[in-house]
Amino acid sequence: MPAHLSARLCSLALSLFLIAFALPAFAGPFEDAVAKFANDDFSDTEEAIGVIAGSGSKLAFPIINALQNGRLMADPDSKKVYVTDADGKSIDAATGEAVASVPDSATAVRLNNRLRRSVDAALGSLTLQSPDVGTRLQAAQSVFKSHEETALEAVDAALAKEANKSVKAALGEARAAILLFKSDATEVEKLEAVATLKARGDQDALALLTGMGDQPASVTKAAASAIGSIQNSLAVWSMVQNAWYGLSLGSVLLLAAIGLAITFGVMGVINMAHGEMVMIGAYTTFVVQEVIRTRYPGLFDYSLLIAVPLAFLVAGAIGVLIERSIIRFLYGRPLETLLATWGLSLVLQQAVRTMFGPTNREVGNPSWMSGAFELGQITITYNRLWILLFTLAVFAILLAMLRYTALGLEMRAVTQNRRMAASMGIATSRVDALTFGLGSGIAGIAGVALSQIDNVSPNLGQSYIIDSFMVVVFGGVGNLWGTLVGAFTLGIANKFLEPVAGAVLGKIAILVLIILFIQKRPRGLFALKGRAVEA
Amino acid sequence: MTPHMLTRSLDRSAAIFLAVVAGCGILIPLSNLLLPAGSFLQVPTYLVALWGKYVCYAILALSIDLIWGYCGILSLGHGAFFALGGYAMGMYLMRQIGTRGVYGNPILPDFMVFLNWEKLPWYWYGFDMFWFAALMVLVVPGLLAFCFGWLAFRSRVTGVYLSIITQAMTYALLLAFFRNDFGFGGNNGLTDFKDILGFNVQAEGTRAALFALSCLALIIGFLICRAIVSSKLGKVLIAVRDAESRTRFLGYRVESYKLFVFTVSACMAGVAGALYVPQVGIINPSEFAPGNSIEAVIWVAVGGRGTLVGAALGAVVVNYAKTFFTSGVLAPYWLFMLGALFILVTLLLPKGIVGTFNAWWDQSKEKRTSATSVSAAAEDGVTEPKMAE
Repeated sequence: MPAHLSARLCSLALSLFLIAFALPAFAGPFEDAVAKFANDDFSDTEEAIGVIAGSGSKLAFPIINALQNGRLMADPDSKKVYVTDADGKSIDAATGEAVASVPDSATAVRLNNRLRRSVDAALGSLTLQSPDVGTRLQAAQSVFKSHEETALEAVDAALAKEANKSVKAALGEARAAILLFKSDATEVEKLEAVATLKARGDQDALALLTGMGDQPASVTKAAASAIGSIQNSLAVWSMVQNAWYGLSLGSVLLLAAIGLAITFGVMGVINMAHGEMVMIGAYTTFVVQEVIRTRYPGLFDYSLLIAVPLAFLVAGAIGVLIERSIIRFLYGRPLETLLATWGLSLVLQQAVRTMFGPTNREVGNPSWMSGAFELGQITITYNRLWILLFTLAVFAILLAMLRYTALGLEMRAVTQNRRMAASMGIATSRVDALTFGLGSGIAGIAGVALSQIDNVSPNLGQSYIIDSFMVVVFGGVGNLWGTLVGAFTLGIANKFLEPVAGAVLGKIAILVLIILFIQKRPRGLFALKGRAVEA
Repeated sequence: MTPHMLTRSLDRSAAIFLAVVAGCGILIPLSNLLLPAGSFLQVPTYLVALWGKYVCYAILALSIDLIWGYCGILSLGHGAFFALGGYAMGMYLMRQIGTRGVYGNPILPDFMVFLNWEKLPWYWYGFDMFWFAALMVLVVPGLLAFCFGWLAFRSRVTGVYLSIITQAMTYALLLAFFRNDFGFGGNNGLTDFKDILGFNVQAEGTRAALFALSCLALIIGFLICRAIVSSKLGKVLIAVRDAESRTRFLGYRVESYKLFVFTVSACMAGVAGALYVPQVGIINPSEFAPGNSIEAVIWVAVGGRGTLVGAALGAVVVNYAKTFFTSGVLAPYWLFMLGALFILVTLLLPKGIVGTFNAWWDQSKEKRTSATSVSAAAEDGVTEPKMAE
């Protein structure tokens, strides 16, 4: 029974509070004041509001809040007063204990306009001095938004007491907002207010400064310069925001395209079933999470760490199987490979649809991947940040693998000159199978990451395949750095075009730009240099 | 001589093909219209529309075979030209609705009224006239193909790169046509057609006539393709397919040849789309989906690329199978079968049905006529066109 519990906690906190501040009476003025609500007399009610607001009781806020919302019920017969909430639960206003039901004779305590004002003021000062930091911060922000002159006193009082730095800053801003609109504030005060708002520098501050009405000349001038500087900084922040979105999209593109860059770059194989490898990785994550949910719920936060190697193995094994059973018969016939792998993608999609159903499956975020934090004026979500870092890590590992391992050496040799590599004793067909497995495995890993931000459905891969090809073609085949640059360029370009042209038009523009770009550089940004002439 | 024999055998299959198409084009509409409904030999109207759809697909397949089979250009965006032709026809049909739409606006199609548009966008002008729409059916896909091809072929974008950017092209168009403010009905496309040239599109007579016209278009398209590939120009196209650089070094302007054939092919695809729309009664952006274009390529591969007849045959066979399987209990397995078709045809039947049959026929005929002639066999290896990219 949460209401009951919270009521208990409230009363406990209340007693502690009262003891700590060693207030003279435990069962005196507060209870008396509460009982006055039952008199149904406006002056009694006003008196009660004043006493309760100044009592420092934990119940003061709920009572005044209920009064404002017409949820404070008073029983004239028993002189008992109840605080009810929207769910129909109620507590005794004097003791804070939960009550099963409010008597039928109880009616809502009435208010008139004068009382409403004092209720508002009491509420403002109550929340501004609430023991909870979050409530204080919220109250300060709401005062900032409303910038009512009546709240000035409460703000000043709160400001004198406040120890928390961020609440203090918020209160200062609230004070500035009030002063700016206060007709009898001095010029110095107003100039200070403008400076404070300028320091705040966000959209709300901008709105206040632009809508402040008639002011002394010096203030208007200061405000104009503040508006200019805020607008500049906002523009910079929106650029930063776009750049961040672009980096995030770029990392997703890179993750999806990196495996393709390997198979396409090293083997010249167009793998249209690449997107399905991504999908298989995502479904591996789903299965891992299902097993964890039913068997070992405590391990949920580690589900992705378990899924990454598994997805690599599953997708990689399927990749090797595909290479051995289909693709190796089609070397030297890239267009046929394209068709066969397209057919394969249909089969894989339908197989997954048959096994897991056509609808989206639920893949959860572990706790360390959910939530967000503020950086200046932009919000950064943890899952996007992790995916960016993860992508860069995968990229670095892959580069290191190509650079320092025997398989990497053989792969590079086969890329540069297949026949020469074969003559030097490299088993090219083994390298092909492993390369294809590696590319598919990385697609599987990409699926684990994408399961965190996208719907896990049989069509997951299809939505990435064209974008991935664009990245590889744009960046240049056979060069991982080209893929990196290509992915981030396309991601950032896309996000900078979006606000100008809209999401769909931006995407169309990008496609058209790539088509035009290919005309200029038919082999991509970073083409492999060579003297070969095809056909 | 083998080349002579090859031409003759092609002539034979071409003759059979033309006879079959012409026969269907005459007999099916006649049987539908003249015989009493329910009679054994009467072709029901829904079948006429269904087969009309297949014939349109066959024209599309023919256009793909012209560029892929004879010039080595694998376009994964031919569905876009098909759909553009369809939209041109759809716009004409929309304008013919007139005041019979839900909102009864004499000029604006329903979806524009719904979107509160005040007047017709400029690119809808002229589509109330059939001749203009018919012209646009050829011009719009042709122009797009010309511009696209001019850019692509001039800078020597070939092979899989070309395939991928054609796919990007149709994908971009798909996204564009899905937009409501693009002025083509957005998601829902164009539908609810009433009249074509004053005849009710739903009427049996109109459907039969459309079917006959589709068959006629298939015949004309086939003859044009045949004329192109059997001319000197066609020989150069085959040379481009088999050894592009060598052809260029021999002094041919490869890009001009490619551009010509690509544009012709796009116009054909546009015609196919234009005939398709009144028979199906709707055109929407999903026709631009990249998957559709790739599926059309597999029709050609199944029938046999570089045979023309095979392309048309492949389109009909695969689509008949699709109708058959997707309408019954086997529906969930259709994608498995389609996927398997892609894989098996490329692995086991690279020449397709007609190509394999032709090879087998020539071989057995050769055995029958002269078991002694060694030289013919040796020459055979030189002259027979290689199936390269």
